[in-house]
Amino acid sequence: MALTLADVDHVATLARLGLTTAERERMRDQLSTILEHIGELDQLDTEAIPPTASVIQMTNVWREDAVRPSLSANEVFKNAPRVSDDCFVVRTPLGGEGDEA
Amino acid sequence: MSARNLTDLTIAEARILLDSREISAAELTEAHLARIDALEPLLNCHISLMSDVARRQAALADRAIADGTAGPLTGIPASIKDVLCTVDADTTAGSRMLAGFRSPYDATVVRKLREAGAVFVGKGNTDEFAMGSSTENSAYFPTHNPWNTDCVPGGSSGGPAAAVAAGEAVFGLGSDTGGSIRQPAGFCGIVGLKPTYGRVSRFGLIAFASSLDQVGPFTRTVEDAALVLEAIAGNDRNDSTSSPMPVDDFRTALRTDLEGVRIGVAQEYAVDGMEPGVETAVTEAISQLTRLGAEIVPVSLPHTRYALATYYITAPAEASANLARFDGVRYGLRIDEPTIREMYERTRGDGFGSEVKRRIMLGTYALSSGYYDAYYVKAQKVRTLIKQDFDAAFESVDVIAAPTSPTTAFRIGDRMDDPYQMYLADVFTIPANMAGIPGISLPCGFSNNLPVGLQFLGQAFDESTMLGVAHAYERSQPWSSMHPTLNER
Repeated sequence: MALTLADVDHVATLARLGLTTAERERMRDQLSTILEHIGELDQLDTEAIPPTASVIQMTNVWREDAVRPSLSANEVFKNAPRVSDDCFVVRTPLGGEGDEA
Repeated sequence: MSARNLTDLTIAEARILLDSREISAAELTEAHLARIDALEPLLNCHISLMSDVARRQAALADRAIADGTAGPLTGIPASIKDVLCTVDADTTAGSRMLAGFRSPYDATVVRKLREAGAVFVGKGNTDEFAMGSSTENSAYFPTHNPWNTDCVPGGSSGGPAAAVAAGEAVFGLGSDTGGSIRQPAGFCGIVGLKPTYGRVSRFGLIAFASSLDQVGPFTRTVEDAALVLEAIAGNDRNDSTSSPMPVDDFRTALRTDLEGVRIGVAQEYAVDGMEPGVETAVTEAISQLTRLGAEIVPVSLPHTRYALATYYITAPAEASANLARFDGVRYGLRIDEPTIREMYERTRGDGFGSEVKRRIMLGTYALSSGYYDAYYVKAQKVRTLIKQDFDAAFESVDVIAAPTSPTTAFRIGDRMDDPYQMYLADVFTIPANMAGIPGISLPCGFSNNLPVGLQFLGQAFDESTMLGVAHAYERSQPWSSMHPTLNER
């Protein structure tokens, strides 16, 4: 299946992934090739086959709702790019430009 | 004992020397740190070195040995793949996105090794976020194969694999999503084991594809692999996918003959483009299994040829979700922009390398509206067929033998322009991840002066039988005692 540049742009938007012009074109070509190989799965009739949800037999895992020690705020924030008053700082996410998609 | 010999030891051999006080953990550690100093300019196995940590751990280990509280791994130098979180060294996942990231907690496997008294020499190089088959996708540098430094060590866990092969560490930890432990072990002439899905906790492993990822050991022998697996396996309350199944005493399963063992060989593992020297070595290995008393049984795994396509939907789809967390907010790189939307896009666009971007795009596409059923659901249905193939085969055999890879290590740069050619390096290792079953690669000879890997696949949670068969083969052959000749600089 051949992708167009518009397809690439749509997927990049969904993934919040900034691509350069050169990357967009390379992505279109390489993903089209990979999707062509993946297309060989269409040879298989899987109508009656259930999809795999887990490869090992597992039952629901329950745990006691008990308080256990957790990381300190200091440890939680130590790798953050910007912090203020024990909060992660970002630009206004709502009401600004570019939050429509 | 010369310094060179100290860096050739297996865990079991080092244990005897340590416990009899013939050598100290400090001496063993210094020998490995010296070897690292000498070889890193040539090989680049490690993204960061942990020399100071190693010296402190060695001192603790010597105290434990003196107190009589030493365990099997006390004082043994190890290389940890840089996708496993450590509190006392950065964890980068081979990515610019996580340059300088210092985890506030240890991965469960790291904690277990620490408590077992192991010595950490460094964080092993990896393809970025473990995505790749050659370690060339590391944002830092490629690692070189100790058997031929013009060649790749395989990947994604190429750093710890090359480190163990070159004597920079006695053992290593890697992660295997589609072959990332077994394939580099094969390329580097050592033992690499992917446990059953659920056998080992992934808490603190930077997630790539959550339905496939497993942590496992690199070692010089099968016995050592059993030792390390025993140390890291088991249920973990921090990983709800870790199994409550009891952990076997894997060493008691090691055997030297194969009387009464049925070993399956699948015709589907003979593919076009197979290197003749690989085919010869693996065929010879299978004859050797017969001489050891095993019965070779032809089995059919008809959906093998679809495993690669299934993998390249499943793994990127899961990766695209897992890597959404790298958004410049809580940790890692941030490139500030006027809006939060632009900040996300610039940060992710600049922070991720091309293979990671390719997989995020592929995975996002496969999960996107209108394509989800055609790609993701279809792949999960084919996955069921692949698993059913193995279930049927294991009705008549105890383990399956196969090549680890269709070729030996390829040259650095050779496959970087063709992603699909690169993906083909994992064609024999991916099916085990799709089915969740354990696999082990061990050396079975050479082709063009490069090691060839032999792979055994076992039934879920039956690493014991697989290890027993691998041990019997290894003990009957000279390969595990062979080391690459490296000119130290």
